Amino acid sequence: MLCRPFFWIIALVVGAFVVSPLIGNDVQLRESLALAAVYITLASNLNLMLGYAGYINFGSIVFFGLGGYICIWLVDSNHWPLAASLIATGIGVSALSLIFGFGILRLRGPFFALSTIGIVEGVQAFVENFKPWGGSSGIYISPEVFAPLGGPGPALWVIYFLLVAVMAASLYLSYGIKISKFGLGLLAIGQNEDAAAILGVPTPRYKALCYSASAFLPAIAGGLYFFKGAFIQPSDAFDLTLSTEAIVICMLGGQGTVTGVALGAYLYEELRGYLLVSSTFSNFQLVIAGALLLVIVLFFPSGLMGFIYSRFPRLQKVLE
Amino acid sequence: MTALLELDRVSKRFGGLLAVHNLSFAMREGEILGLIGPNGAGKSTLFNLINGVFTPNSGRIVFNGADITGERPFMVARHGIARTHQIVQPLTNMTVLDNCTVGACFGRENLPLHRATEAARAAAALVGLDDRLHLAALHLTIAGKKRLELARALAAQPKLLLLDEVLAGLNPTEIEHMIAVIRRIRDSGVTILIIEHLMQAIMSLSDRIVVLNYGEKLAEGAPAEVARDPQVIEAYLGDPKLAAALEGKDEGSAAHG
Repeated sequence: MLCRPFFWIIALVVGAFVVSPLIGNDVQLRESLALAAVYITLASNLNLMLGYAGYINFGSIVFFGLGGYICIWLVDSNHWPLAASLIATGIGVSALSLIFGFGILRLRGPFFALSTIGIVEGVQAFVENFKPWGGSSGIYISPEVFAPLGGPGPALWVIYFLLVAVMAASLYLSYGIKISKFGLGLLAIGQNEDAAAILGVPTPRYKALCYSASAFLPAIAGGLYFFKGAFIQPSDAFDLTLSTEAIVICMLGGQGTVTGVALGAYLYEELRGYLLVSSTFSNFQLVIAGALLLVIVLFFPSGLMGFIYSRFPRLQKVLE
Repeated sequence: MTALLELDRVSKRFGGLLAVHNLSFAMREGEILGLIGPNGAGKSTLFNLINGVFTPNSGRIVFNGADITGERPFMVARHGIARTHQIVQPLTNMTVLDNCTVGACFGRENLPLHRATEAARAAAALVGLDDRLHLAALHLTIAGKKRLELARALAAQPKLLLLDEVLAGLNPTEIEHMIAVIRRIRDSGVTILIIEHLMQAIMSLSDRIVVLNYGEKLAEGAPAEVARDPQVIEAYLGDPKLAAALEGKDEGSAAHG
């Protein structure tokens, strides 16, 4: 992996994320890049299911939301340090999704897609009625929890670097899986699941592992994201909009590619930021997202990377 | 020799239809066994039972000394059974090489990725696809896709190969090429169970023939014996003259060999 150029391309991108807001202490740029890192994390991990294994997961947000809840609950009520909470969050949500996965991955196509929405609704209904997590009013955390990180100001920097680290891990995970035997098996499942099984791909185990792996980093990102805001409530944590946006990003960039999805996430975040602050388009970004999705599905089914590869076929040897 | 594959009173029922009924036969290691019968006789169902797509309602399937009845397809593949499909099932957007690598990676040998690529190249070369390794499978011709099915199955280095109508839809030149490939595979020590409607081809390729009709075994034996069997003529071959011609052809090729 180390001798491949793509490894260093990822390293370069991550380096840019770390360095650029430090130059001139640019807080506004930091916040924008933090959101981009969250989008890249969510989309890259969704891509494991959508782009590799060919399963449309409408409910990827449940990993993010549950991650947020578990992390905040551990930090706030149980006084765990942030690092330990984040690791426990990742492992916990991954384990839980492994159980979900073995159940719903018996379904295929639209039935699977519907069941993923069911999981979001089910988990949200549970959380809304779960008193230790504040029910429907959620959990506020006191600013004291930022003290170990050097107070609220420096804490935002720490959280930003952690988010970038999670993003980097997501990109390397996507890439590592893609060039592995596990990835080959997933791609085969995505192309033709029955043929893959007959060729010997252990489909139930691979699908469940993929689903579980795609939960780990979004859960940690969720923990960081809601810790940063110091507040979590069910309607934010399990907002299906973010799930849908992640799907749009995968389609926009080119599902199954690592570069395309990351690029798509970044561009989408920039576009969204522009639309949100512009006086003409504010609260309009979902309409744009919908129109964008239509155009992509109709005219560019293989997304941004499909377009780039058709223009510059040699890039296929470098980018993944 | 001991039996490599043994079916013991296997039955499969779909609702009211008895697709395979009390079927028993055994295959020796290294032989080519031909499976013939009219459409709907249960030939493809039998393949699906052997490689785990369907679970038999009763009976036992023993492969290489292990009971594989009711095992999932990917477990059966691991035992060393590979198959091709009557209707080709390529992994469409993956290259020829990747298709074969999947076979090599997850088949009997369970090879790591880098060694699987080598095995995949060898299998592609054996069927004559080595000039199209980096072409996406969907761009292959139908003959190419049939060869890909075979290459992918071979890349797994199976002990037993199930061939479901690999000659159907090919032109005479392609058929000749494919028959040569099948012979080469057998010579490399792979046992082959083959379904085929092309009588001349299967009669000359097979060491023994099993004839199915309505899910039951109608006849079993050497190609010449089977072609002479009046029941087989009535149920499948239809025309006694064709049977005679096949018999003549078979004896002719035997004399040459």
